[in-house]
Amino acid sequence: MTPWFKRSRERLTTTSKRSIPDGVWVKCDACGEILYRKELDRLLNVCPKCRYHFRVPSDTYIELLLDSEGRTEHDTGLQAADPLKFRDTIKYPERVAKNVQASGMSDAVRCLTGNIDSRHVELAVMDFSFMGGSVGSVVGEKLCRAITRATKAPSPLITVACSGGMRMQEGVFSLMQMAKVSAVLARLSRVPQPFISVLTNPTTGGTTASFAMLGDVCVAEPQALIGFAGPRVIKQTIGQDLPEGFQSAEFLLEHGFLDMIVERSEMKKNISTLLDLLSPNE
Amino acid sequence: MRDFTLDFERPICELEDKIDELERLADNGQTGLDGEIERLRKKTDKLRSEVYSRLTRWQCVQLARHPARPYTLDYINRITTDFIELHGDRSFQDDRAIVAGLARWGPHRVAVIGQQKGRGTRENLQRNFAMSHPEGYRKALRVMKLSEKFGLPVVTLIDTPGAYPGIGAEERGQAAAIADNLLAMAQLKVPIVAVIIGEGGSGGALALGVADRVYMSEYAIYSVISPEGCASILFRDASRASQAAEALKLTGRDLLEYKLIDGLIDEPPGGAHNDPASAAKEVAEVVTAALDELLPLNHEERIEKRIDKYTRMGTWIEK
Repeated sequence: MTPWFKRSRERLTTTSKRSIPDGVWVKCDACGEILYRKELDRLLNVCPKCRYHFRVPSDTYIELLLDSEGRTEHDTGLQAADPLKFRDTIKYPERVAKNVQASGMSDAVRCLTGNIDSRHVELAVMDFSFMGGSVGSVVGEKLCRAITRATKAPSPLITVACSGGMRMQEGVFSLMQMAKVSAVLARLSRVPQPFISVLTNPTTGGTTASFAMLGDVCVAEPQALIGFAGPRVIKQTIGQDLPEGFQSAEFLLEHGFLDMIVERSEMKKNISTLLDLLSPNE
Repeated sequence: MRDFTLDFERPICELEDKIDELERLADNGQTGLDGEIERLRKKTDKLRSEVYSRLTRWQCVQLARHPARPYTLDYINRITTDFIELHGDRSFQDDRAIVAGLARWGPHRVAVIGQQKGRGTRENLQRNFAMSHPEGYRKALRVMKLSEKFGLPVVTLIDTPGAYPGIGAEERGQAAAIADNLLAMAQLKVPIVAVIIGEGGSGGALALGVADRVYMSEYAIYSVISPEGCASILFRDASRASQAAEALKLTGRDLLEYKLIDGLIDEPPGGAHNDPASAAKEVAEVVTAALDELLPLNHEERIEKRIDKYTRMGTWIEK
């Protein structure tokens, strides 16, 4: 029964929200600040109030890191096969096709040869918008080829991780990509050429438990979620709430698993300096 | 009597019990039972081979997790001599979910490392249900480096639901520990032979599973995610695990067909738990033969071949 003191009619609604055209204003996921879209883009999608780093597409990171001259993108023609004939709510090839169409990418990583402050590098940037940045055979192979190019050139390797982990739909093929990428990294490490791993929000599962943690230097964006098991799984397993800030980049830095946390706007400068300091051919 | 039987084992077990009973009667002097016992034996064998020839993938999962299945230490005790267990990661603590040590494996001196499940609740709590923390993987790595130093090959026995998902595990770098093992195993100078004897649970299994030769016991499983986890994420219903098991193609036969493993190791009729001694004998022979093949190669050649093997894994369409 409705108590007599509760308002029974619908509350008055404001229409002001609707009068704003879609996409002009954005609310910060972390602090709730209302931000002007264009201003946010200019700030590299970092909230000016709380420094929250919005997740960005691979394009943004490629623009951010590489000089505009001399870029070549590789292996854009690689697409997922369906070795398991996997089907969940829809068939795996259908899911892939939908993601290809929506994202304009062939899979969850893009690999380029380019320059950082005129230094030749191999860059691999993951994109969360393609099936949660999950790693299947295509991502594994593209990373493997990028690492092999870096080994042969020889040139430094930079990976930008943004991934929920291995792609279930390819079963053990996906799991083996962890071993595959780590194994070719062993070759790069013998050259040696520097491997800088950038971890962005989120980097979890087998991605963290393979190449993302194998950087000669591991750099993360502020507040990025980084871990092995997802927070939900851990909560379920131990049956208690997780401490504040658990699995944040700051948490990992404190526990000794990252070299540093770097703001997006400083990322290129930082990586460039690191390469200057580490490069064997000076 | 058995403590635990799976549904599809039950009709076979009932026949076996009947045979046992008749044999007892025969031992007590009752005559004329031989024919009946022989008939029942044949019937049992026939039923068993029927049931096991058309196992579903979910039934294979159940066998891989069978509580009577031989575990790592059962294999070590049956196969090796002079086993000396080594403890601790020299950094935080000894993780009892992984056992590691030195031993003689047939003609070879080896380091043997594997996840260890417990029997019963108390032992399982000590072993953390074979779900390792980072220090377990670091202990494994320490022992691998030790064996590299002294030129001893490494044998790993894999049997884990996965790496432990907990607060301490994350604080101490579960992901980093697994990643370090993958990189180190890819370039270890001594031969590595891995056998998945039960459950090959994702990254937690792979952290001991990068090897020159990877074998699976006939009814072992190897998967990127548990069928339950897969079902709850993709079908939003953990009770559809049997369906997920089918979709994940996680049996040894599947993975051999996909060339993701190097071989299958036969199990005795009814699975390893029906005859642990012959299960161990098979594992011992396959591993020894692999070591015989691998040891004569020089280490650079072996490492190149190992890395090449992994770079070939995957399937894609190239336009």
